[in-house]
Amino acid sequence: MQKVRIKFHIERKNYSWQIIYKYFEKLVNVMTKPQDIDVMKPTGQEFPKEKYDELEAFINNLETTKGALIEILHKAQEIFRYLPRDVQLFIARKLGIPGAEVFGVVSFYSYFTTKPGGKHTVSVCMGTACFVRGADKVIEKFKEVLGIESNETTEDGLFTIKDVRCIGACGLAPVVMVDGKVYGRVKVEDVDGIINTYRKQEEQNADKVLR
Amino acid sequence: MQIKSLDELYELRQESTGKIALRLHMGTSGNAKTIMVCGGTGCLASDSDKVIKNLELIIKARKLEGTSIVRTGCFGFCEQGPIVKIEPDNVFYVRVGPKDAKDLVDEHLMKGNRVERLLYEDPQKNEKVHTQEEMSFYKKQSRVALRNCGLINPEDIYEYIALGGYEALGKALTQMSRDQVIDIVKKSGLRGRGGGGFPTGLKWEITKSQQSNVKFIICNADEGDPGAFMDRSILEGDPHSVIEAMAIGAYAIGANKGIVYIRAEYPLAIERLNTALRQARELGLLGKNIFGTDFSFDITLKYGAGAFVCGEETALINSCEGKRGEPNYKPPYPAEEGYWGHPTCVNNVETFANIPVIMTKGAEWFATMGTEKSKGTKVFALAGKINNVGLVEVPMGITLREIIFDIGGGIPNGKKFKAVQTGGPSGGVITEQGLDTPIDYDSLLERGSMMGSGGMIVMDEDDNMVNIAKFYLEFTMDEACGRCGPGRIGTKRLFEMLHNITAGKATMADLDALKQLAYMIKDSALCGLCQTAPNPVISTMKHFWHEYVAFVKDVDHPRGEGRYTPKNKIGMKS
Ligand SMILES: Cc1cc2nc3c(=O)[nH]c(=O)nc-3n(C[C@H](O)[C@H](O)[C@H](O)COP(=O)(O)O)c2cc1C
Ligand code: FES
Repeated sequence: MQKVRIKFHIERKNYSWQIIYKYFEKLVNVMTKPQDIDVMKPTGQEFPKEKYDELEAFINNLETTKGALIEILHKAQEIFRYLPRDVQLFIARKLGIPGAEVFGVVSFYSYFTTKPGGKHTVSVCMGTACFVRGADKVIEKFKEVLGIESNETTEDGLFTIKDVRCIGACGLAPVVMVDGKVYGRVKVEDVDGIINTYRKQEEQNADKVLR
Repeated sequence: MQIKSLDELYELRQESTGKIALRLHMGTSGNAKTIMVCGGTGCLASDSDKVIKNLELIIKARKLEGTSIVRTGCFGFCEQGPIVKIEPDNVFYVRVGPKDAKDLVDEHLMKGNRVERLLYEDPQKNEKVHTQEEMSFYKKQSRVALRNCGLINPEDIYEYIALGGYEALGKALTQMSRDQVIDIVKKSGLRGRGGGGFPTGLKWEITKSQQSNVKFIICNADEGDPGAFMDRSILEGDPHSVIEAMAIGAYAIGANKGIVYIRAEYPLAIERLNTALRQARELGLLGKNIFGTDFSFDITLKYGAGAFVCGEETALINSCEGKRGEPNYKPPYPAEEGYWGHPTCVNNVETFANIPVIMTKGAEWFATMGTEKSKGTKVFALAGKINNVGLVEVPMGITLREIIFDIGGGIPNGKKFKAVQTGGPSGGVITEQGLDTPIDYDSLLERGSMMGSGGMIVMDEDDNMVNIAKFYLEFTMDEACGRCGPGRIGTKRLFEMLHNITAGKATMADLDALKQLAYMIKDSALCGLCQTAPNPVISTMKHFWHEYVAFVKDVDHPRGEGRYTPKNKIGMKS
């Protein structure tokens, strides 16, 4: 709106530059009105400088940054495990592109995540082969046992459920993958067992620390 | 070492044949044995690498000389994995666990007795079968694109060369003109295996005819159809054939740069592809002045990030450029204006895998297989309610009945066959009546389905088709990129209607509306993804109308179980 009006004035009445400048000032004021979010302040977790350095080194070593945004995001997610706003902004500044452009790409691809996951990721395959062999019942059971929906993390930060599309072991359908380990031909009855193995592991680890 | 002429390649082949002689049954040398263990994603998931480790340990402990272990690509018989084959005895073991390694060594290798318990049992005859050739799963297959999968070690370029690898490239570069190469591909009648079925030779010719100094060739390895794993298995089992074919294609169209666009979810394929690229560069088969000619070519990898629509070629190119993977209007086609505005040829992995054999064995040989309009073979990923889940390659023109019952071994647990979905989320169902149509691109389209990339999901009498349609719609709703209205909003509404139907909240008028909306989306969406998205609905409505009606009219009809939790954003991914 502001922009249009200024143009209007310039055309209609020959205002002196001072007056035009005043309008600009007004416009700038509107834009820099205090916002709810302070973009300069880190949100949530703060990462050590080394991680940013690693990412920066990776970007500097690229032959060209033209068209490399997705590659960089892959690397960033590998380093930080997820892509919080600060990391996205860091990349945007480094490449000299708007933060919105980076976020546009991050939000488009399901591989990129903006939330930190739990310690163990339970990926339930929801590919067609697994679906017709009952994966929908398996994922429901996982949700029930852990008390969360998919893409959510349990309160103790141990588990995240993800529904993924075909992990390529269709011969073993339905398939569940916890971190890197694949469980094949999973039945609803197996779900408790799978969760408990990881819970027990945690308890043992905790015991070790206590002792 | 750098190969600088065809003769040098032949020399290298001569030197390398020893590596694979046992597998090809070319003479035996005493007690030497080769143990082939499947190292595909499916078999690795059931611990095939532990099988290898145990075999190595035990062989070392027993001090067996002359026994080598090879980790191959996918054998295709994923249902029975992990698979172990011992050559030159030609014995095929199935479902081999890490604990079975001891018996394999002590019984088979030391004493020469077959381990009966690990042999495949023919379910029809109830007898043990020990060779691959005798198994009904392999009998009707002819392996062209998969010729090296489950035969060679994909991480060893010398094994590929020993089997005649890179000869096609050498011949094309040193003895043939670009037009001659294109001519052979055209004559072979090869059509794109990525789904569209566009004649590959023609695509190459169009790209060649573009006036431009810079051109690109892209391999589409963004296999998005869930439940399909053909391309992944080829890249895992035989990456060099794709690299060689890309170089041949690049020479033909006049490109110097190639890109493989591969899903980040395929870590093993990426790793093997990288190894293969490194080895090819070391031998000078990629890089500057290949085979001593003035042709230079190299390949880089670009990773997808989990978006089905990126399989569509214009979206794929946008994604290669680091942008959101949204499709563009066509024309201009990528062949005219593609990667950064330059003419670009996009082909599928399986399409490429066919090229080297066509070049060495000739277009006529290739054209003997298949039907009049669809030549050659097609790889299908057979999955769902079927006994032999796995990867099969069959000549075009074979009937679905042969694939499902002869090769696939029929439906498990004595259930009745109901339908098969071909073409993934863009295809449709084919029922009992359609089982005897010879399959090729055109006959499947006539039946209201499509070839697609080769996923084939079999359903039995227990599956409710409305639920299946809903499953596919949920997929396309999630994956629709949001660029066009019919795709963004239409698929969402379509899904909601299906959800209401399965929840028992719909009326007959809703069914009519569903039909109308389905056709409307089909006619008005921007790209192939959403134009074909209603296909599962349309085809299930055609064949299983009564199941839709049952949800509406029959009060006691069991309600669909869904995992749908409404999201407040329209068609956007969270
Ligand atoms: C929604 C959609 C998804 C697609 N997915 C793939 C795919 O995963 N792999 C593929 O090779 N082609 C895919 N295609 C087809 C490509 O657009 C393109 O036609 C193909 O890569 C061309 O190669 P070809 O001529 O060798 O088949 C897809 C098309 C659409 C519309
Ligand atoms: S569909 Fe689940 S692993 Fe392929």
